[in-house]
Amino acid sequence: MRELTLVEAVNDALHVELERDGSVLVLGEDVGRAGGVFRATAGLLDRFGPDRCVDTPLAEAGILGTAVGLCMAGWRPVCEMQYDAFSYPCLDQLITHVGRYRWRTGGGMDFPITIRMPYGGGVRAPELHDDSPETYYVHTPGVKVAIPATPADAKGLLAAAVRDPDPVVVLEPKLVYRTARGEVPEGEYVVQLGQARLAREGSDLTLVAYGAMVGVAERAADVLEASVEVLDLRTLKPLDEEALLASAAKTGRVVLVQEAPRTCGYAAELAAVLAEKAILDLRGPVLRVTGYDVPYPYWAIEDAYMPSVARVVDAARRLLAFA
Amino acid sequence: MAQVLSGGLRRVIGDGEGVPDGRVDGLDDADLLDLYRSLVLLRTYDERSVVYHRQGRIGTYAIFWNHEAMQVGSAHALADEDWIFPSYRESAIGLLRGIPASTLLSWWRGHPAGWWNPADYNVASICVPIATHVPHAAGLAWGKRLRGESAVAITYFGDGATSEGAFHEGANFAAVMRAPLILFCNNNGWAISTPLAAQTRAETLADKAVGYGMPGVRVDGGDVLAVFEATREAVERARAGEGPTFVEAVSYRAAPHATADDPRAYIDLARVEEEKRRECVGRYEGYLRRLGLLSDEEREEIRSGAAALMREGIARAEAEPAPDPSILFEHALASPPPSFAQDLAELRRILGRTEAGGAASPRPSGPEGAGPEGSV
Repeated sequence: MRELTLVEAVNDALHVELERDGSVLVLGEDVGRAGGVFRATAGLLDRFGPDRCVDTPLAEAGILGTAVGLCMAGWRPVCEMQYDAFSYPCLDQLITHVGRYRWRTGGGMDFPITIRMPYGGGVRAPELHDDSPETYYVHTPGVKVAIPATPADAKGLLAAAVRDPDPVVVLEPKLVYRTARGEVPEGEYVVQLGQARLAREGSDLTLVAYGAMVGVAERAADVLEASVEVLDLRTLKPLDEEALLASAAKTGRVVLVQEAPRTCGYAAELAAVLAEKAILDLRGPVLRVTGYDVPYPYWAIEDAYMPSVARVVDAARRLLAFA
Repeated sequence: MAQVLSGGLRRVIGDGEGVPDGRVDGLDDADLLDLYRSLVLLRTYDERSVVYHRQGRIGTYAIFWNHEAMQVGSAHALADEDWIFPSYRESAIGLLRGIPASTLLSWWRGHPAGWWNPADYNVASICVPIATHVPHAAGLAWGKRLRGESAVAITYFGDGATSEGAFHEGANFAAVMRAPLILFCNNNGWAISTPLAAQTRAETLADKAVGYGMPGVRVDGGDVLAVFEATREAVERARAGEGPTFVEAVSYRAAPHATADDPRAYIDLARVEEEKRRECVGRYEGYLRRLGLLSDEEREEIRSGAAALMREGIARAEAEPAPDPSILFEHALASPPPSFAQDLAELRRILGRTEAGGAASPRPSGPEGAGPEGSV
């Protein structure tokens, strides 16, 4: 075990997976010579050469579109989208092809594409460097989505994505790229997709979060007077429904935390699952703490937009007071 | 060798009058007849498909009448290892690689029997959204080169596709990665009702190649031999590691865009009649006859063979049983989530079916109620 930051763990996973499997290649903007704008791909070019760590033209749809063809030629491409909101041009390829191609071939061909990108706000960056686009990806059939909150999970989930036979999107919380530090197993390390992590056990109330919001939930749990459970989903699709329902059954009170805008956000899906399958376990309404239904703001006021510890605590207290 | 006409169009087939016939090096008499067989096969497929649509036996169908020379000439310039990325306008090009007619007709019947594994034929799935397959072809070609393999790829798209971002990103990627790719544009002058003049201010579409740093050639799209020769040169360049080529084949859409389209509202009908008189299969037939390579008997034999293949194809497609609901879930993911099994179980319960059951189909399997008019 070594202590790494989250972005170092991403880098470690890429080194291990490229070493393990000669058909894995990394492509994206500035991933080679520069090692990525966050240095997530640093060292790959020197180690594996320009054919397996490829600086591409500035073309997100082209990156993902050529990845489809690379799969057909026997490669396992790992595409970096430089920022959350810069990934939108690739949604055309994702929706029209990446999520459909396997079905279209009657299961004849797999498309083991990994799309990874830094996401989320709170980093004092210019417009469109702060989005939480997970819903767009989760909503696309034929695609899996993972979001780590810890360095170990950042490594293990990325490795799982690279090895998965299906397209997987991994959103990396850039807010904690360098502040989340933790022990990370050396060498090959895989965290299976579809398994949530109980970040903290409790009996009165469950805070459900993913990515950078796990830390917010944990700090809220520190403040609250009750016994609070924090569930880190780790994979949004497929959802670990069992873990969600087990925690809801245990505490009977659930607050969902998400950085993305509220309407049709991932928390809405979680609330629907709870309404369908946990209604008799719940002691009160399922509450959401989310970003607002407004464009992500300029950074001088982004703290007002981001779900904060205070907002999570307020929601939890309201729910505890309800019943 | 091809001669270059005014407007930079390469042409081999003469007009039987003032313009003399040329020959293409390396094509013997048997090769010339093979080209004819393929042309007749695609023409028969297309004409029968329009009839099948009118009979309600297939859904909305994208017509490719008078595009056969572009498809046959270019596909014959490829080796079996080379990959084809068709748009819906080339929906039947897989026939030239051995995909059964029943498979392609099933695709137009909206039936999963229209699936094929691209790796079995080196033919990608039919691309419905415009130009989005161009990056796929660039990626495959690049990926083959990275693996040290000699295969090249060709991707087909229309004049309208050159306005799409995906065309640009695919072409640029191919050039930058020196991908062994042929970007084959069938410029038939129309994107449904939008004429080329409303699509671009470029003098020719081949001019766009300059911006990508690749050669662009223009060829008479109604001349199967000129298309063959131009594509063969592009394939040779690609295989030699010299990167992609843009081929603009100039043609004219003398038929509706698709069975749901009525072009009388926008097209020049006199021009259509003129194009029909010089359609590509007839032009090549004249060429073969002037060379004494095609007898009436051979012509009839080839045509009746193609017609028989279509009769058998539609019969097989229509004999496909209604798809089982399980197919909804079976191939979407290699490792499906537990929810798929739950959803299927619930669907079966509601449909009154069981795993062992196999009762009647929940609804007719025909193309009735096919998508909205003009959807393809």
